[in-house]
Amino acid sequence: MITEILHITLLSIFVSVSATILASIMAVPLGTILGLKKFRGKEIIRTVTYTLYGFPPVVAGLIIYLMLSREGPLGSLNLLFTPTSMILAQMVLVFPIVTGLTMSSVSDIAKDVKETAMTLGADRWQTAKTVLNEARVGVISAIMVGFGRAIAEVGAVIMVGGNIRWHTRVLTTAIVLETRRGNFAYALILGGILLSVALFVFFILKRYQDKGVKM
Amino acid sequence: MSGATTIRAEEICKSFSDEKILDNLSISIDEGEILAIIGPSGVGKTTLLKILNGLMIPDRGEVWLMDKRLEFKKNSDLEARRKMALLSQKPYPLNKTVSDNVAYPLRLRDEDDIEGRVEEALEHVNLLEFSDRMARTLSSGELQRMAFARATVFEPDVLLLDEFTAHLDPYNISVLEDAVKWYVDEKNSTAVMVTHNLFQAERISSSTAFLFDGKIIERNKTKNIFEDPDDERTQAFVNGEMIF
Repeated sequence: MITEILHITLLSIFVSVSATILASIMAVPLGTILGLKKFRGKEIIRTVTYTLYGFPPVVAGLIIYLMLSREGPLGSLNLLFTPTSMILAQMVLVFPIVTGLTMSSVSDIAKDVKETAMTLGADRWQTAKTVLNEARVGVISAIMVGFGRAIAEVGAVIMVGGNIRWHTRVLTTAIVLETRRGNFAYALILGGILLSVALFVFFILKRYQDKGVKM
Repeated sequence: MSGATTIRAEEICKSFSDEKILDNLSISIDEGEILAIIGPSGVGKTTLLKILNGLMIPDRGEVWLMDKRLEFKKNSDLEARRKMALLSQKPYPLNKTVSDNVAYPLRLRDEDDIEGRVEEALEHVNLLEFSDRMARTLSSGELQRMAFARATVFEPDVLLLDEFTAHLDPYNISVLEDAVKWYVDEKNSTAVMVTHNLFQAERISSSTAFLFDGKIIERNKTKNIFEDPDDERTQAFVNGEMIF
């Protein structure tokens, strides 16, 4: 049983950390650009992004399911009911959150920081780096919220992962299963582990939030 | 002690929402000169400084820093911008320590002996003991002194000062004014200072220009502007009268 709990925990961490990192690699630069640039249609993008914060996980799961199912456009990759499909589903949920919150924290300070950096001799790249560094508290918070959404997610991963023992079962789907079986003590232990994992990851991210980058 | 022209603006025009702020304005400032730009609120003094710094694009006209014409494109003006510094009324402290804030422009330029130069810059504004403090914990006077150290540590040829002592107490004003005079004298650089404080203009500038109606109405040695101005509008302004 302990080996199984360990497997479930490590798979949960692997899926949610991967989804958060991959989504953030795209979302942080996009959010930074959206926060820095003034362009027509920016308000529409902002509204759409905020709306997607509440994107229903089962809809995300359904979309990924249809894409990866045998008849879907990516069916030949045979990814359905694998950890990769769970990562994809969580990325869909994390991406708008990290993009939107990064955009907000960059917009708040962009004008002052840009002007300061430029008057002190920063080029375009150095200016963007300075803005991102100054917005780091907000950006890391955005990543934390994104990770929180991913690790706590159940609807989408159960649809595309299938909750297969030793293969795609993660903490949230295991909790649902054990509760249905009436194994409340086991479900509670899994719940405690889930909270501890979240706490551990937030603790690591918080350290980056405080430190920043020397430049 | 003025020498060759350091910075000059030619036939600058700038409007905001159809309101003409600068109208065919030309001005040049020489090496070693501290020029005060005075004038009522909203006449475009800050706009002029931002255009000189390449931060704002004029509708028409040119800015020359020594023999280099600004193109008003961020990266192609980088070399010119790196020879200027703009100190604003409310400087933005980067979320770092005081010494890291002052080191920032040197790190952007990959320069050597950063520690020594930061120490020297902080010493001139009596802030050495605050080196390790987070900049955001400084008072407004200390913050402005740090911003001055940050703006001069890379030894710019032109110092643009936008109401740089507004709302500060007499001690901080005195430290900063002395620092400006020392810097221009020691480095043989140039300072353009926008101020509402006519006493300050009298105290530290070598020449003064009166900006009104989008143009430089009068420019002369500071003493002449305050004691015997040629234009009646300048006279009215320095006497504290309303002008139209």
